[in-house]
Amino acid sequence: MSGSVTKDAKGAGAPAPFGRVANVTKTFNAAGQPVVAVKDVSFEFRKGDLISLLGPSGCGKTTVLKMMGGLIPATGGLLELAGKAINAPFPGVGVVFQAPTLMPWRSVLGNVLFPMEVLGKNDVRAKARAHEILKLVGLEGFENAYPRQLSGGMQQRVALCRAIIHEPSILLMDEPFGALDELTRLEMNDLLLDLRRVTGATVLFVTHSISEAIYLSDQVVVFSRRPAIIVKELTINIPYPRSSKTRFLPEFTDLERQASVALGIVH
Amino acid sequence: MSGRAAHIMFPLAGTAIILLVWHYYVVLFQVPIVVLPTPWQVLQAMVQEWKVLGEEAWITALECIYGFALAMGIGIPIAVIMTYSRIANQMFYPLLVASQSIPKVAVAPILLVWFGTGIKSKLAMAFVIAFFPVVVDTATGLRSTSPELIELARSLQCTRLQTFFKIQLPSALPSIFSGAKIAVTLSVIGAVIGEFIGSNEGLGNLLLTANSQLNSPLVWASLTVLSVLGVILYGLVVVAEKLLMPWAVDADLKH
Repeated sequence: MSGSVTKDAKGAGAPAPFGRVANVTKTFNAAGQPVVAVKDVSFEFRKGDLISLLGPSGCGKTTVLKMMGGLIPATGGLLELAGKAINAPFPGVGVVFQAPTLMPWRSVLGNVLFPMEVLGKNDVRAKARAHEILKLVGLEGFENAYPRQLSGGMQQRVALCRAIIHEPSILLMDEPFGALDELTRLEMNDLLLDLRRVTGATVLFVTHSISEAIYLSDQVVVFSRRPAIIVKELTINIPYPRSSKTRFLPEFTDLERQASVALGIVH
Repeated sequence: MSGRAAHIMFPLAGTAIILLVWHYYVVLFQVPIVVLPTPWQVLQAMVQEWKVLGEEAWITALECIYGFALAMGIGIPIAVIMTYSRIANQMFYPLLVASQSIPKVAVAPILLVWFGTGIKSKLAMAFVIAFFPVVVDTATGLRSTSPELIELARSLQCTRLQTFFKIQLPSALPSIFSGAKIAVTLSVIGAVIGEFIGSNEGLGNLLLTANSQLNSPLVWASLTVLSVLGVILYGLVVVAEKLLMPWAVDADLKH
């Protein structure tokens, strides 16, 4: 991944943002009645940033994520990535869902290589890269196993590898660790940060866990209940690499409190 | 007893018990051979008539296999069309379901008129009876593809064909095979019905002929061969399933 671009974007005086969501609205039709899922949402992010979309379950943050991937069109407003408007699926998106959603008929390696196969880039280099990132997430030796033979956490690691194998310009993650137990989840958080450090990927991360959002992110966008409007934007200035100690820093606790207030949990 | 041994021993013991009860029932109550031969007499008939039985079984097997192949070859594409074309689905699905209320045996005389007394009318009968479960199970399998996998395919800009062959069809394979297992069993029934209605060959015909000659050991021998044939055909489908779906075999081994 091009690390130099990251520097440029961050270094210049007033650079154009890498990603931009401007006044985006989404209205669904539910049984003839229009339902506003997302209302006038705007935020920006830099290349290489990890941005969390934090909010209550079913608030519409997943809808924002899907619009960013071009999977569903916005009703109003503009979404941009690297200067291009998004209104359809485009090359260079990686997605991770809450469930691992692996193909049970493919081996671990086959699952990871699926995007390369579809993109017609399934060559020796792709295989080498697959082995490399599988090793990075601690799945060396499981290349030929079938998904069913792996634990939930291991399956989600495979899904993570599948999402980054084609070096996407943006990684969309929809509550990817929500179904895992707490310890596995903490482990996966660190793994994601490692992967981001190595690949330089830009990540949009949907979660309803306050501490997860703060621990992972450069920036946290807090959403209200449906219709989703942005109630707070938090910039997390705690330096990387972060560790378990980070969670006990006063800044961390303060940010947690701010997010809780924004969500209306604490007054 | 270890699991594997139990797997073999218990069914064998069960069969042995049934055969003994059968044998002693016939011997003790002096049941006439026309009504019920002993297992031993059936076995003797099988040995004596092995050549005829083998030849007729081969014919019936061909009818079943062709009928089953037709059911799969026509049923799967129909399910695909029904799944992907709403119009086709709305036009023909109610008709397809309604057609299933017709007792299949009632169709046999018509098939006989259309296709004659040869093998064609039998495999047509096997097809008619085996085809519906293939359509229903394949359609169910295709519809049950994980929406997230479809979304993944969309995000990677897969073509419709890629999505179908790389995601939907493999997702549907387990359902297709459960349809195939029902279909292969039904195709044997269909072939025998066809032979009953009008034929001069096949195990069904042999059974009828033997029955009219009051040769009950041969009737029972035909019946036995018929059930062995059914088991073998079913076994072949299971083998194909294990070859095509090794990932599911692995899951089985874990139990």
